[in-house]
Amino acid sequence: MSHAVSAGHDERAAAVVATGVTRVFRDGAREVHALAAVDLRVAAGEFVSLIGPSGCGKSTLLRLIADLDTPTSGTLAVFGRSPREARLARDYGIAFQQAGLLPWRTVRANVELPLALAGVGRGGRRERADELLHLVGLTDFSDHHPDQLSGGMQQRVAIARALAESPSLLLMDEPFGALDEMTREHLQSQLLRIAAETKAAVVFVTHSIPEAAFLSDRVVVMSARPGRIRTAVPVSLDRAVAGAGPDAADELRNAPAFFEAVATVREALRGGHGDALGVDAP
Amino acid sequence: MKGVARQVLPPVILLVALVALWQAAVAAWRIPAFVLPGPAAIGEQFRTYAGPIGSAAAVTGRNAAIGLIVGAVLGILLAVVAALVRSIDVLAEPLVAALSVVPIVALAPVLYSMYGAASEQARVIVAALAVFVPVYVNTLRGLRQVRPVHRDLMRSLAARPAQVARTVTVPTAVPFVFTGLRLASSLAVISAIVAEYFGGPRSGIGSFITTAAAGSNYAQAWAYVLGGIAVGLVFYGATSVAEHLVARRSGP
Repeated sequence: MSHAVSAGHDERAAAVVATGVTRVFRDGAREVHALAAVDLRVAAGEFVSLIGPSGCGKSTLLRLIADLDTPTSGTLAVFGRSPREARLARDYGIAFQQAGLLPWRTVRANVELPLALAGVGRGGRRERADELLHLVGLTDFSDHHPDQLSGGMQQRVAIARALAESPSLLLMDEPFGALDEMTREHLQSQLLRIAAETKAAVVFVTHSIPEAAFLSDRVVVMSARPGRIRTAVPVSLDRAVAGAGPDAADELRNAPAFFEAVATVREALRGGHGDALGVDAP
Repeated sequence: MKGVARQVLPPVILLVALVALWQAAVAAWRIPAFVLPGPAAIGEQFRTYAGPIGSAAAVTGRNAAIGLIVGAVLGILLAVVAALVRSIDVLAEPLVAALSVVPIVALAPVLYSMYGAASEQARVIVAALAVFVPVYVNTLRGLRQVRPVHRDLMRSLAARPAQVARTVTVPTAVPFVFTGLRLASSLAVISAIVAEYFGGPRSGIGSFITTAAAGSNYAQAWAYVLGGIAVGLVFYGATSVAEHLVARRSGP
């Protein structure tokens, strides 16, 4: 609570502010420190990836932001409110590693689910679902059931569902983790385009270094047991072109800045020291 | 249509062949009627007693139907309560386990003395008890099948408990409820018929089977058995149709 958080910024505008967040799981007499004193600030519209070895608490941190779990100590703010208030106000959209679609509903009905729960009328739901399905390129599949779609398509439906209420924060827990490399790169480009179009801040959990470097304004590198933030690597790529097409995205993946970021993140993941590493590290 | 014919035709041909074989065996080896009457004799008795068999089937079917509905409603309601209140689940678990190993038709004679020999009540209760167990067990299991990712999703969407129940919990449980109901529908008919063996009014399929067999009218007893099979098939068919209708709208 005594931690100074990026002085000079308007704190209310920040999408996420975590201050000294700790999460301890109790397994009988044993205590597992999933997160230890994590400080993190995600600005509005910023794309931040959380990367680290399994067990580093990156998913735990995401669940805390989403109010699917509560911190043992420390404070969290989502757009200046508590995570609980933010959840009840539906400030964020979330996508999980499993698409988690309701198999008995059509693709359209799955995308409409958040709107239906919020009490949006039939016409409004329909119109918004059409927009979203167009955005993720699944207009022709709106009347299919999830089991008729490939894994990549299901994940796109899940992203459309997360965007249903036009959230200014998108939480994503390894959404492309179970997909093949081709589909993955394709969806990454689409996600960049969507993030640019919606101007939403994104907190993206991943264990893929290239994925984190390609997508993020900033890659937050975490270490395990106890889970803490080791360093944050800023990545400057001209992502505005990434949505233009596969060629533009490939070009971005061949840019020196991209390789540099990949190398820096890899180095940070490997190095056991807590010191911050700059982008100019080898 | 061609697919249906391919599915339906082979078992029908097999059935006709078996019946023909049965008739031929009975005729060839002159098997006495008390061992096994021929299908022709049974069919003849079935036609002669079509009226009484029909009304007996109606009585047994009514007992089984009321038992099925009462047992299923109780099973589903109690499963919902047990899913909501952990302590009730803990309390009910050993009772249901005990109930599931009790040969429930064994209660019939006791119930006849409770409700009087002229009452159908005992048979309905036996059927309801037999139905209750599989419906309760399967419904409770179904209500517990909500996937963690769906639970997280509904929480992230700030869904109210009633919305969670309607959009996730119930649709997840429905196929399990129908597994229970399919088991229960045949149990209801079996229990209603067997309960009649132990006494009560001479009204249903079971009572007439015992009466006919005791009077050495073997072909007639078999004709009533045929009636019992018909009741069982009607119940199975009705449950399957209901499952099909519901599953199309909400099942996974």
